[in-house]
Amino acid sequence: MSSMTDSPKSDGFRLSQLIYDTRYRSMTIQAITLALVAAGIWWLVANLLQNLAALGLTPNFSFLFNRAGYDIGTTLIPFSSADTHLRAAFVGILNTLLVAFLGIVLATIIGVIGGVLRLSKNWIVRKLMAVYVEGFRNVPLLLWIVAIYALMTESTPQPRDFRVADDGTAAASMIFDAFAITNRGVYLPAPVWGPNSIILLAVFVLSIVGAFVYRSYAKKVLFDTGRLLPMVWPALLIAFVPAVLMFFVLGRPVGLDYPVLGGFNFQGGTQISNPLTALWLALSLYTSAFITEIVRAGILSVSKGQTEAAFALGMRPNRTMNLVILPQALRVIIPPMTSQYLNLSKNSSLAIAVGYPDVRATLGGITLNQTGRALECMLLLGMFYLALSLIISFLMNIYNNSKKLEER
Amino acid sequence: MSDTDSEVISFYVREKMLDEQEPPLTERGAIKWLRENLFSSWLNAILTIVSLYVIWSILNGILPWMWSPTWSLGSLSECRDVLAGLGESTHQACWGVIRDRWQQLLFGFYPREAYWRPTLAIVILLAGLAPVLFGNIPRWFMLFSVATPFVLFLLLWGGPIWAPLLVGVGLVLGAVAFRYLVGVNQIVAVLAAILVPIVFWLFLVGPIASGLSRIAPIGLEFIPSKDFGGFMLSVVIGVAAIILSLPLGIMLALGRASDLFIVTKLSVIFIEIIRGVPLIVWLFTASLLLNYFLPPGTSFDLTLRVIIMVTLFSAAYIAEVVRGGLAAVPKGQYEGADSLGLSYWQSMQLIVLPQALKISIPGIVNTFIGLFKDTTLVVFIGLLDPLGLTSAIRASTDWNGIYWELYVFIGVLFFIACYGMGRYSLWLETKLQRENR
Repeated sequence: MSSMTDSPKSDGFRLSQLIYDTRYRSMTIQAITLALVAAGIWWLVANLLQNLAALGLTPNFSFLFNRAGYDIGTTLIPFSSADTHLRAAFVGILNTLLVAFLGIVLATIIGVIGGVLRLSKNWIVRKLMAVYVEGFRNVPLLLWIVAIYALMTESTPQPRDFRVADDGTAAASMIFDAFAITNRGVYLPAPVWGPNSIILLAVFVLSIVGAFVYRSYAKKVLFDTGRLLPMVWPALLIAFVPAVLMFFVLGRPVGLDYPVLGGFNFQGGTQISNPLTALWLALSLYTSAFITEIVRAGILSVSKGQTEAAFALGMRPNRTMNLVILPQALRVIIPPMTSQYLNLSKNSSLAIAVGYPDVRATLGGITLNQTGRALECMLLLGMFYLALSLIISFLMNIYNNSKKLEER
Repeated sequence: MSDTDSEVISFYVREKMLDEQEPPLTERGAIKWLRENLFSSWLNAILTIVSLYVIWSILNGILPWMWSPTWSLGSLSECRDVLAGLGESTHQACWGVIRDRWQQLLFGFYPREAYWRPTLAIVILLAGLAPVLFGNIPRWFMLFSVATPFVLFLLLWGGPIWAPLLVGVGLVLGAVAFRYLVGVNQIVAVLAAILVPIVFWLFLVGPIASGLSRIAPIGLEFIPSKDFGGFMLSVVIGVAAIILSLPLGIMLALGRASDLFIVTKLSVIFIEIIRGVPLIVWLFTASLLLNYFLPPGTSFDLTLRVIIMVTLFSAAYIAEVVRGGLAAVPKGQYEGADSLGLSYWQSMQLIVLPQALKISIPGIVNTFIGLFKDTTLVVFIGLLDPLGLTSAIRASTDWNGIYWELYVFIGVLFFIACYGMGRYSLWLETKLQRENR
């Protein structure tokens, strides 16, 4: 009686075992599934090839190396209409990455502050944040993008409004004489890199590294001996004093180029185009409404006993937050935060609503329309977004693992 | 001695109780509330003042703009004239556009005399969803729910009554075949349940439907899906995609959770590919490429293609939600089902899925909210969702240059719908938590 389960009969393998014997049935099911899926894919591909042949096309990617022949408004690397479609796609990819990166940074900042404020003891702040969260979450992102873009183009002054009229007044004025928000874009001062600026940059990077080294040293001292070294101001000193000293020692190698009104538009400085600003703000505000809720849920998930125990040990509220609550809340926060980051990067494809030249607009838009290579372009586009998603999940997984509770 | 004692005592001890005193002024009523909630510390006081300023500046920006007596006017220039005549600035809303075009924003270019059809459809949809959404509703009502999709199709698109009816009959035939053959052989029964409806749909529905409509031309006027628009289009795409994607999503979730290696991997690949690529890319795929993958010569309308693509898209998300539900069912339930000797499908159908799906309903509602908001993206492939209609409205000479009034109207409608569904899903979540305790 030792073999209650499907004991093999002694008379070898019979075909019916493929269906009735649980040991073999799983293989049958998998084989059938695989065959069906393969047949389905084969059917699709056969149709595709037949359709393409009827159109006189064969899948091929050589069009990527042809002259693009169009200009792109916002580029991070030099691009002219004489460059190839491949470079245009690359410009688009960089633009997508730019807006995704900026969006993730701003959304995280707003979201974390919002999450803390949403739990504030202050009634009015709490309610204000609730209105913000519900308002942004429950209206389509596309509407926010379009509305913010309309706000930026319709309700901001034109560059010529900044001109000082004869009576000494102007319809609009710059902020700190450095920033101008106009319907053609936001103008900011641009850094001008002088001859020795590379040294300055190196010093700055090194001192930032130094600040982090000091921080980990202070932490080590704290954990080893219990002696609490001051953490914030020495780190700030280490980070900024050498750079500021070098700045004057080297004779101010880095200057600022201010935007100046000349003719009908601003000259000099950097221009951040309105599509980028609108997309960036809308993506960040929309996503941070979700992040706010995630942070709030994360903080609430830490049991009250933890706070009380920290207070009983005599910790001050902000140290309790930093050392006790946040590290535990982070574990709850990171996984849903990852999926919000993924959403934000994917939603950056809504750039189409404001005409920001992201990868969907260059590779999946103008290139596709000019060459008629819909299949190849969409394939590349899909693969890019898939790779982006995988990379973000991968990075966040690494971060998540570093914050994981080390259990025995 | 005792006299002096009593005198002393009467000197020190009060014989009459004092009346209860009011708490100090700062510890009661509005002042206490203000002190505790708004000004408990310096930081809080600053926060209060800052937020009051924020609220004031937002209201100051919006309210004067909204307070505008332009409800009855027929064009933007008329609005400007009237506002200028009142001596007010022209930076004010012109609400006439909403009065003039609200039906278009709701129904698109759907024929005016048929507006009752989508309206009735939404009532029937809500009634059909009732057993799923609220529970404790008689079981026979489920039959009505099953018939709902066919009724909705008939109401929205119209045409002769026979085609949707026969599609439904195909399902019934499949169920009957299964019922009769399951006693003979289970595998044959499953195969029959799948094959009978397909054969029926492919070879018999066409001729029978055309024959029946020649004999008895009962039906509604046919309305092509290019006339669909506005919120109606968003709801149609969202609801159709969610309903159609449920079976596929459940299958994918079961596949991902199963221990068959190939099935698991195939499900994971499908889910991750769909989820890794933005919806807008899938929509462009639907509009540009879907025809390439079908037999030469097939072409069907864009709305249908979009519904297919959005269905596949939401199936991946539903699969993840259901996977969460499957994981939340206690392991003892799976083991209990196994120990009763139930087969995989029996245990799933009778024990696991009923519990898992119940837990997943809030998640499914949230997926639907996301999908409903995302349906606005169809504007980029040329369908007239509410946002697409704003440009159509701007294209008329009367309303050229109008933005905010339309955005506010659309935003408020979306907000009401999504906020309502979000509240419902929260209510359901707490209810389920109570029941599980």
